[in-house]
Amino acid sequence: QAKLGSPRAVNVDLQTDATLQVDISDALSERDKVKFTVHTKSTLPNFKQNEFSVVRQHEEFIWLHDSFVENEEYAGYIIPPAPPRPDFDASREKLQKLGEGEGSMTKEEFTKMKQELEAEYLAIFKKTVAMHEVFLCRVAAHPVLRKDLNFHVFLEYNQDLSVRGKNKREKMEDFFKNVVKSADGVLVAGVKDVDDFFEHEKTFLLEYHNRVKDASAKSDRMIRSHKSKSPLSHNLHVLGKLFAIYMDLNQFFLKVSELFEKTRKIEARVAADEDLKLADLLKYYLRESQAAKDLLYRRGRALVDYENANKALDRARAKNKDVLQAETSQQVCCQKFEKISESAKQELIDFKTRRVAAFRKNLVELAELELKHAKGNLQLLQSCLGVLKGDT
Amino acid sequence: MDLSKKTFHWMMTQRICLQETACYTNAVTQEATEEVSLDSPEREPILSDGPSPAITPVTPTAMLTPRMGLGTAEMFERSLDEIEEDDSGDTFDMHIAVSDPEKVGDGMNAYMGYKVTTKTSMTIFSKNETTVRRRFSDFLGLHSKLASRYLHIGYIVPPAPEKSIVGMTKVKVGKEDLSSAEFVEKRRSALERYLMRTVKHPILLKDPDVMMFLESSELPRAVSTQALSGAGILRMVNKAADAVNKMTIKMNESDAWFEEKHQQFENLDLQLRKLHASVECLVCHRKELSVNTASFAKSAAMLGNSEDHTALSRALSQLAEVEEKIDQLHQDQAYADFYLFSELLGDYVRLITAVKGVFDHRMKTWSKWQDTQLLLQKKREAESKLQFANKPDKLQQAQDEIKEEIEELEGKVQQGEKDFELISKTIRKEVSRFEKERVKDFKVVIIKYLESLVQTQQQLIKYWEAFLPEAKAIA
Repeated sequence: QAKLGSPRAVNVDLQTDATLQVDISDALSERDKVKFTVHTKSTLPNFKQNEFSVVRQHEEFIWLHDSFVENEEYAGYIIPPAPPRPDFDASREKLQKLGEGEGSMTKEEFTKMKQELEAEYLAIFKKTVAMHEVFLCRVAAHPVLRKDLNFHVFLEYNQDLSVRGKNKREKMEDFFKNVVKSADGVLVAGVKDVDDFFEHEKTFLLEYHNRVKDASAKSDRMIRSHKSKSPLSHNLHVLGKLFAIYMDLNQFFLKVSELFEKTRKIEARVAADEDLKLADLLKYYLRESQAAKDLLYRRGRALVDYENANKALDRARAKNKDVLQAETSQQVCCQKFEKISESAKQELIDFKTRRVAAFRKNLVELAELELKHAKGNLQLLQSCLGVLKGDT
Repeated sequence: MDLSKKTFHWMMTQRICLQETACYTNAVTQEATEEVSLDSPEREPILSDGPSPAITPVTPTAMLTPRMGLGTAEMFERSLDEIEEDDSGDTFDMHIAVSDPEKVGDGMNAYMGYKVTTKTSMTIFSKNETTVRRRFSDFLGLHSKLASRYLHIGYIVPPAPEKSIVGMTKVKVGKEDLSSAEFVEKRRSALERYLMRTVKHPILLKDPDVMMFLESSELPRAVSTQALSGAGILRMVNKAADAVNKMTIKMNESDAWFEEKHQQFENLDLQLRKLHASVECLVCHRKELSVNTASFAKSAAMLGNSEDHTALSRALSQLAEVEEKIDQLHQDQAYADFYLFSELLGDYVRLITAVKGVFDHRMKTWSKWQDTQLLLQKKREAESKLQFANKPDKLQQAQDEIKEEIEELEGKVQQGEKDFELISKTIRKEVSRFEKERVKDFKVVIIKYLESLVQTQQQLIKYWEAFLPEAKAIA
C-alpha cells in the first residue's frame, strides 16, 4: 500500500481558471487498484458546494473519456487522451522477490535494495497520479467539455459510479471498431482537402505522430540504460577492507567506494528526471497527437458524408424523386461538417500553442536538472580527488 | 572510421600521462607527445634490504627443468643476489613504448608486428635509444624463458598477455572492423605494460634474454610458444600434473608469515576477480547507453524536422545535437573505464596468479627436500640392516656402495634445505616489493580514472549550458 498526500506538478502547461479548478489531492495504492481523491473548487452554480472531493478509480476515468468520444456533439474537439492504466505489476514483483530473498542477504543489503525498490514504486505512483490529474485539468480547461454533465457527475457524485470495466464482448467490439476506423481512416485521409489549413494539418500530424512515437520509444530505452546495475561500489568497498593490510590503502578504497555509491545515486536521479521531463512529455504528446488525428478523421468522415449527400441530391434532382429527403439530408451533413470544421480549426491552433508551451517548459527544466546533477557529480568527484591526492 | 587512429587521438587529448618526466636525465631526449602507459610513475631506487648474509653461490643448473635448452648458463655463474646488489650506481630510468602495429603476411600465417622502442640512460644498456620490431610470440617466448628460469626460485615473473585465438584469427583473416581494431589496441597496450613491469624488476631487467629482446634486431623464432606445438602440449601436461601434486602436498608450515600471506593472496585474488567482473559490466553498460543515446539523438532530430513551430523545431534539433555529443562522451568514458580500470584489474588478477605460483613452488621445494630426507633415512636403515646380511664377502662392497649413496643423499638434503631457505627468503623480498610498488599502481590509476570522470562531467556541463538558452528561446 502507498499513500500520497501532496499535489504534484502538472507536466502540461494549462491555464488555471478560478471558476473551475480540479486536482487530485490524495491517492491510495492498494493491492490491485488505485484510489484517487478528486478535489474540486468551483464558483459555478451547477454544483451544490464550492469545494468538495470524491474518490474515483481508473475505470471511472476511462468511462468519462469514452463518453466524450461517443458524444456526437464533441466530434469537433480534440478529446483529451485517457490516462494509461496504473501498472505496478513489475514493481510489485520485484518487491516480492526481494522479500523472498531476504534470508540470503545481509541486513544492510536488504535495507538498501528495499529503499531503492520503494523509491521506484513511489515514482511510478507519482506518475500515474500526474497523468490522471492532467486529464481532468484538460477537461476542466476546455470551454465546452467543462460543462459536460457526465463530467460534473464524475466530480460531484460521491457514490461509486458503478462503472464496470468492459467485458470480453465489449472489448471485441472495440477491437473491431478500431479496425474499421483505421481502414476507413486511410480512405478518408486519401481525400484531398480544398482547405489549405486542414490539408497542411493532416500531413503534419501524420508525420509528427509517427516521429513522436519513435522518439518516445527511443527515449524510454535510453533512460532505462541510464540505470546502472553494476555492483561496482559494493565490490570496491569489500576490496578496500582487504587492502587494510597494505598501509593506508584501505582508507583510500573506502573513500572511492563511497564516492561511487554517491555518484550512482545521482545517476539514478538523472534517469528519473529525464524520465519525467522528456519521456513522459513525449508519451503525452503521442497520445494527444493521436487525439488530434482522430479529430481530423471525424472531420474527414463528415466531409465525405457531405460530398456523398451532395451527389445524392444531384441524383435525386435528376430523377426528380425523393428530392426533399435528399435536401434535408444534405443540409444536415453540411451543418455537421461546418460545425466540426469551425471548432476543429481552433482546437488545432490551441493544440499547437499547448504543445509549444509544454515542450518549452519541459526542455528548460530538463536542461536545468541535467546541469544541477552534473555540477553535483563534479563537486563530489573533485572533493574526493582532493582528499585522495592529499593522502598520497 | 579508422578506429586505431581514433583511440590514439582520445588518449592524446585526454592527456593521460602516467610517466612522470622528472626522472628523465638530461641524456634522454624528451618525447614530444605524451605516451600512455599504465605503470606507476614512482621511481624509487631499488634498494636491497640490509646487508646480505653470506651465501654460497647457487648454481641453478641443478634446478633447470629439462625444458630449458637455450644456453645462457654463463649468466648463472654469479649469484642472483650479487646481481641485484650490483646496480652500478644506476637508478631505474627506463621507458618502453610498444607502437605501430602492422600486419605482416596474409591469411592464416599472417601476424601482427609491433615496434618496441626503449629509451634509457642506464649504463647496462648499450644505447640510449633502441627500436626493434617484435611479434606476439616473441613476447611469449621471452616470458617463457624468464618463467622457467626464475619462477621456481621464488621470483614473481610478470605474466605475459594472454593468447586469443578468436581475436587473432579475425585480424589474420583481414576483418577490418571495430572489434578487431579494438583487439589490436588492447593487445598493444597490454604488451607495453608487460614489458614495463618486467624491466622494473631488478633481477629480470639484467637478464640477458631481456636485453636481447629489447636490443637485438633479430630474434630466433620462439616456436615452442605455439599452443599446439610439442612444447605447448608438454606445458599443458605439466600444468595438470602440478595441479594434482599440489593437492597431495601437505606442508607443515612452520612460518606463520607464509600461512598468513598465502591466505591474503587467496582473498585478494577472489575479490579482484569480482571487481574486474563488475568493471567489465560497467563498460558494457556504458556502451549500451551510448548506442541508445545515439539512437535517441537521431529520433529527436527527425522530430525536430517535422515540428512546424520554427523555434521549437530549432530547439529540438539542438537537443539532438547535445545528445549526439553526449553519446560520444559515453563512448570515450567507456574507453577510460576499460583502459584505465578494467585492463589493470585483469593484469592484477594474472599477477596474483604468478604470486600464488611462487608460493606453490616453495611448497614443491619443501616437498622435494622432505622426500630426499625420507630417502636418506631409508638408506640409513638399509645400511644398519646390512650388518645382518649373510654374505660376508659381498658385505664390504654393499657397505661401500651404500655409504656412497648415503653421502650423496646427505649432500642433496643439505642442498634441499638451502634451496628451501633461499626460496623462502626470495619470496619474502618479492612479496614486500609487490606490496610496495604494485599496490601504489592502484592509487595512481584510480586517481587518473577519477580525473577522467571529472572531465566527462565538465564536458556535460558545457553542453547543457549551451542548450539552455536555446530552450528558453522557444516562444
